[in-house]
Amino acid sequence: MVAEDGCLAFSRFGLGPRPGDLNRLGSDPASALLDEIADPTSLFIDQPDLPDSVDAYTELRRFQRARQLAKLQSTASENAAAPKPMDALLPKAVIAANGKVTVPGVPSPEDLMNAEIEARLDRVLNVPVGFGERLVAFWTNHFAVQAAANEIVRGLAGAFEREAIRPFVLGMFGDMALAVIQHPAMLTSLNNDVSVGPNSPQGRKTGKGLNENLGREFMELHTVGVDAGYTQTDVTSFAKVLTGWTYGRGENEPENYGRFVFHKFAHEPGLQTVMGKLYPQPGVDQGLAVVADLVTNPATAKHLAAQFATYFVADVPPAALVTRLADVFRKTKGDLRALTTALVKSPEAWSTPASKLRTPQEFLWASARALQFRPEASFINRALGDLGEPLWNPPSPQGFKDDAATWLAPNAMTTRVDVAELVASRAKGLDDPRDLATDLFGAGLSSDTRTAIDRAESRNQAIALLLMSPEFQRR
Amino acid sequence: MKSPFVTDAMLCSSRRTFLAGAGALTAWAVMPKYAFAGQRRDPRFLTVILRGALDGLAVVPPVGDPDYPALRRDLAIGTSGFGSTVTLNDFFGLNEAMPGLYGLYKKGEALVVHAAATGYRDRSHFDGQDVLETGMTGPKMSETGWMNRLASVMPRGDGVRPISGLAATPTVPLILRGDAPTLTWTPLDFKPAPSDTLNRLLDLYTHADPKMAEVLMAGVSTEMLAGDGTDPMKRAGGLAASFKQLAAGSAKLLLQEDGPRIAALSYDGWDTHTNEGAETGRLQGLLAALDGAFSALADGLQPVWKDTAIVVLTEFGRTAATNGNDGTDHGTATTAFLFGGAIKGGRVVADWPGLKPSQLYQDRDLAPTTDVRAILKGVLRDHLGVGEPTLTTKVFPDSIGVKPLDGLIA
Repeated sequence: MVAEDGCLAFSRFGLGPRPGDLNRLGSDPASALLDEIADPTSLFIDQPDLPDSVDAYTELRRFQRARQLAKLQSTASENAAAPKPMDALLPKAVIAANGKVTVPGVPSPEDLMNAEIEARLDRVLNVPVGFGERLVAFWTNHFAVQAAANEIVRGLAGAFEREAIRPFVLGMFGDMALAVIQHPAMLTSLNNDVSVGPNSPQGRKTGKGLNENLGREFMELHTVGVDAGYTQTDVTSFAKVLTGWTYGRGENEPENYGRFVFHKFAHEPGLQTVMGKLYPQPGVDQGLAVVADLVTNPATAKHLAAQFATYFVADVPPAALVTRLADVFRKTKGDLRALTTALVKSPEAWSTPASKLRTPQEFLWASARALQFRPEASFINRALGDLGEPLWNPPSPQGFKDDAATWLAPNAMTTRVDVAELVASRAKGLDDPRDLATDLFGAGLSSDTRTAIDRAESRNQAIALLLMSPEFQRR
Repeated sequence: MKSPFVTDAMLCSSRRTFLAGAGALTAWAVMPKYAFAGQRRDPRFLTVILRGALDGLAVVPPVGDPDYPALRRDLAIGTSGFGSTVTLNDFFGLNEAMPGLYGLYKKGEALVVHAAATGYRDRSHFDGQDVLETGMTGPKMSETGWMNRLASVMPRGDGVRPISGLAATPTVPLILRGDAPTLTWTPLDFKPAPSDTLNRLLDLYTHADPKMAEVLMAGVSTEMLAGDGTDPMKRAGGLAASFKQLAAGSAKLLLQEDGPRIAALSYDGWDTHTNEGAETGRLQGLLAALDGAFSALADGLQPVWKDTAIVVLTEFGRTAATNGNDGTDHGTATTAFLFGGAIKGGRVVADWPGLKPSQLYQDRDLAPTTDVRAILKGVLRDHLGVGEPTLTTKVFPDSIGVKPLDGLIA
């Protein structure tokens, strides 16, 4: 093994080493990565205390309703809310002086999200390398939902990742894409829940119409990519195909709360043509057919291979690597285990210099692992917010960028130094920073970094320097 | 990007707001109660650690030593051409940045021990601080700190519960680690350090990753332009406020009826390799801030001042001569300060080793003539009533050869 390969396994492909991890890795880093993900269920997060989308959505509705009732009451509004069946079992919401609303026994969207963050942290601190979690991070970001969109997305973002991403990271891309496009978090994040076929019964009755958001992004971001040669007409047609794809949220269908449903009465009737192919199927089958074609379109293979290689290897990945990954994706019809294996077994994945920078999330997780430090959810939210990569809340449906130019930026770097100092002051570790640096990087530790750590004026400063060293930051 | 739960302040926050809010996460440890009813004295004991190695010769310069001016060149404050000292006695001056300490000295409540050092003779900060905090004869010999062991052997008076220590840091520092209970506290907007971490990173990046150096430099410059660091007065003000806040808060906790009785505070930033600035500049700013913290302790502990002893220590000193960058490198002996109403002050205690080349330790450092453990043993014995055998075996193991310094306590 080349000395750097062990380090690369942790930086390029993993979440960074914990003390002892580099030694435990063994002499074949590529095999160690594949061993970690041999069992696909090891990526699942299945905890009884984390509600699925159905339960979480039901709770969110109760929370919102309790808050609404309390607010109407506190303003002594004359328009008292019309009673609803759910009101009977609803605890009374408490509105604090600062406006914060709590409903006893009912989690707020932020409570739900913080519980999800705690579960991620358990995973982050306990996986041997973190390759599986990095794959999850890539696909979650690929199919980005935006917590900023609304409370429902915030409350469901974690469940979305557990239900639509994790089960398929080593399965078929098409299965993941379908789970995503039918998940309440995505349906509401990209507004398909309010898209109505103009000529559907509901459209005729209400005058409501199309919302193209999900249709466009599914083509542009999730599958074939913006250069695939489709037109605005294709986008509009696909949006029509997707009308009626929503989730149970109406007062009249509480049994469907938080589940994908197809509302025939909102579906645009008729044939549609998408990217030159005619889709005559009625109802939900029409959308299933288009999705099945998009996910196996050769343009999707090219688009995803480039993204995958860019995320893991380099901002401008070697062309041969991208071509090879695209071929694998196409030949296997989107088998993500095959894609992942091909990446790890590609010589370019190991020989390309580490020119990317860890993203803020990768940086925080790697710091937590290196120092065996468990930050509180509030600390994570605050740090990742300041660093510019808040969990499940990217600035656009495109997700967070992963290129060096985005993160290796002046203000981002000074903030990173502050976070490094803060983490260093809060992490309890007993290790001598010099021993820790050797343990984490082995022969990969540069003499410059070693000297800087040796000369630090305090343990805290030494830890901050270690966390900010090029070998810790670059990947 | 807008979201109801990510506030504008978080999105656009400068480094300052992040740090400001983060302190709020620090929680109180469980605080065991301690009853003092019926006990005549209820002494307080504090240790202040200056991390990074304080240049004792720049704080208490031996202005009466004929070899001092030449050795110190541009850092020779208190000699002709450098006015920034006040007189402690006919041999030692005190850096003018410390009027509060000078006032205490005049009142007989502050004492300087010069040419002091721990038993550690190498020059690594970590190992030096390790020895200072464990109280052992060498580095990495203990997982527990001497103040924690002190807590477990301190006479309890009528109290039934163990003495608890206070660590004015986000986590428990080595000096207070161990079985005895310790609580941690930091002010809400505690800024961890006036650190030169940015400079050190710039230096590292310049050698190891020029692109990172370029970007970080741009970030630092932007912050300065944005008014976050250009104005040295403003920066010093922030530093002083932060130092003072830590001291004032700790004093308050030590006053509590059933609060902690011993405490450890740390201040970082003393590793002055370049542009030391003993007269005007970095060290002067740090000393002024430290002086403010001393005054805050004196003010805050006023009700128990007569039973308070505070010892200020650093891991080692700095080179006797200046280096090529108007700074000083890692050395050996330095100054320790003692102050408090219980201290028999108004004196400089020093078995002065001299500054001639032959008198320097390894031809470069102020030679150590007083062991820091001798100071501490004297204070702990006479102020807290801990017996000598206990001090020699439990608090500072294997220190039988280090005799307690007599007469430090009034």
